[in-house]
Amino acid sequence: MNKIVTVKELPKEEYLLKGHAACAGCGPAISLRLLFKALGNRMILVVPACCTTVIQGPYPYTSSAVPLQNILFESTGAAASGITAALRQRKLEDITVVGWAGDGGTADIGIQALSGAAERETNFIYVCYDNEAYGNTGMQRSGATPYGAWTTTTPSGKRERKKDMPLIMAAHRIPYVATACTSYPVDFVSKLRKAKGIKGTKYIHLLAPCPTGWRYDTSKTVEMGRLAVQTGMWVLYEIEDGKFRLNSPSDRLADKSKRKALKEYFALQGRFRSLAKDDVEKIQKWVDEDWENYRKLASNCVSDPALPGKI
Amino acid sequence: MDAEYIRVESEHSAMVACIGAAATGVRTFTATSAHGLALMHEALHWASGSRLPIVMPVVNRAMGAPWSIWPDLSDSLSQRDTGWIQFYCADNQEVFDTIIQAYKLCEDERVFLPAMVCLEGFILSHTYTPAKIPDQDEIDAFLPAYKSGWTLDVDHPCTHASLVSPEWYMEFRYMIQEAMENAKKLVPQIDKEYGKRFGFEYGGLVEKYKCEDADLIMLTMGTIGSDAKLAVDKLRKDGQKVGSARVRVYRPFPVEEIIKLAENTRMLATIDRHISFGMEGFLASETKASLFNQKDRPLVAGFIAGLGGRDVTSETVEKIAKKSLQWMRDGKVEKETEWVDLRE
Repeated sequence: MNKIVTVKELPKEEYLLKGHAACAGCGPAISLRLLFKALGNRMILVVPACCTTVIQGPYPYTSSAVPLQNILFESTGAAASGITAALRQRKLEDITVVGWAGDGGTADIGIQALSGAAERETNFIYVCYDNEAYGNTGMQRSGATPYGAWTTTTPSGKRERKKDMPLIMAAHRIPYVATACTSYPVDFVSKLRKAKGIKGTKYIHLLAPCPTGWRYDTSKTVEMGRLAVQTGMWVLYEIEDGKFRLNSPSDRLADKSKRKALKEYFALQGRFRSLAKDDVEKIQKWVDEDWENYRKLASNCVSDPALPGKI
Repeated sequence: MDAEYIRVESEHSAMVACIGAAATGVRTFTATSAHGLALMHEALHWASGSRLPIVMPVVNRAMGAPWSIWPDLSDSLSQRDTGWIQFYCADNQEVFDTIIQAYKLCEDERVFLPAMVCLEGFILSHTYTPAKIPDQDEIDAFLPAYKSGWTLDVDHPCTHASLVSPEWYMEFRYMIQEAMENAKKLVPQIDKEYGKRFGFEYGGLVEKYKCEDADLIMLTMGTIGSDAKLAVDKLRKDGQKVGSARVRVYRPFPVEEIIKLAENTRMLATIDRHISFGMEGFLASETKASLFNQKDRPLVAGFIAGLGGRDVTSETVEKIAKKSLQWMRDGKVEKETEWVDLRE
């Protein structure tokens, strides 16, 4: 049930209904469809203010075939705590509760409620779909926007680094933390299914490319996510019960020579147009440092190809 | 008790957890005070907009800056327009009884709104008084099992609180207004039924004391209502025809009751433990607003007293009454808003 090897094994049922209101090429919309396919319809989805507020469509329409609770921007974790408690009272604990929030609603305004829910060991899956800016409101920088990226509030490129949410969540000692990316659906689906089987707070940080905000052609979303991983800008890993493990294809990229050059990733995106040469060098240095850390974390754990991660 | 206690990290999360749980089909309860309530503000709107029957006692305390831990009603009155029903209590027995009554009211399908049960900090929250607590089965007989208008349900999936365009939004607001009007009718019925079963009754929307023949009626909220009764007794002994009326339900505002009170009296004096800066106390404003379209209306004088826990005793109320009686005889309210016991 947990593992799939190809996307062909995904269920045919669609719970993200036709006619949703996402932009063309929207990474989050592709991923939301996958999330529904991975977890089925015995779930409750909690959505704070984010792109999915728009994607689901306005009243009296909806593109969600599962019960969906819209909730305040900063409060996804708290809502999940209330819902899981009520499900426990009603002996409906087989229903999966999922928080589905953007990077602003997670790394910035929502971090308190998420941290509180994790500390309370709320039994739910939290997915941060990270398009690295406030997309819903027209691309303002968030704590998850990477260094150098253009947004409407960083017109000459952000001067601060991206907040490392997955490791912040790992510091809460929750049973499962994972990263994922829209472009690696098998990896994402397998991680969701694994998370579903674990009791407690599960956190998945999903890099979800955004043509509108990242300024690339709408046909290139999958390619953009792949490049993020192949260049080492984004790393696929999971931390299960404190054990860190790189997932494919990131597990083959610990050796720097195997990674594509960062500029391949930057060159295709308008948001990085104003990056100077020394900016690229600076980012490369940080990427290498992060990889050193991941390598150390991974070497402390036994390699286990639990997730096939093929695409 | 067959319940679960969620230990949240903030008041904002407390209210949102209540929203999540109520939306998933269980009865919810939380309590807060002052700054905690202010932090909840956004979620208060979400609760009423979602039509969830959450009940929450609010221990009324003054707002900072500067810090105060003492009572006034500024915290909950600042939440006037959030779509919550607001009760104000005069003693601890009433607090308990009103919480039970509030669930009955909020879970009525004609209402489906949340309610605050307000009690002044220290004066009630830190005071021991004997209280009669009925047995669980007696309460169960009065208050049936939890009911809400909707539930998150995997077998009947719906999307809740999504984006609503101008084409639809106003109707949702109008429905809340209608629910408030329904609540106004139901409060006295529920209060009466509760009184019959448990022996405590609070006059429904407004608790009136010796108002029938009164020339002057003191309008109050909360514990000042009790002090006002003592003051009324004292003044009556001195031959003054004074009564008092305690507004027990502030939202919905008992407009009709205020009009009725005003019919046979010459003057109303409101005592607000609250100030809307740049105007006056809400009770003063809303009393005047209620009477504006009446042909023959009494004078209305507004008094501000007891902010940040300054003591309001029966003597304070007596002083206010005497000043009001003077203005009544003069046929003119000398000062639109009088601050009582203010340091010069």
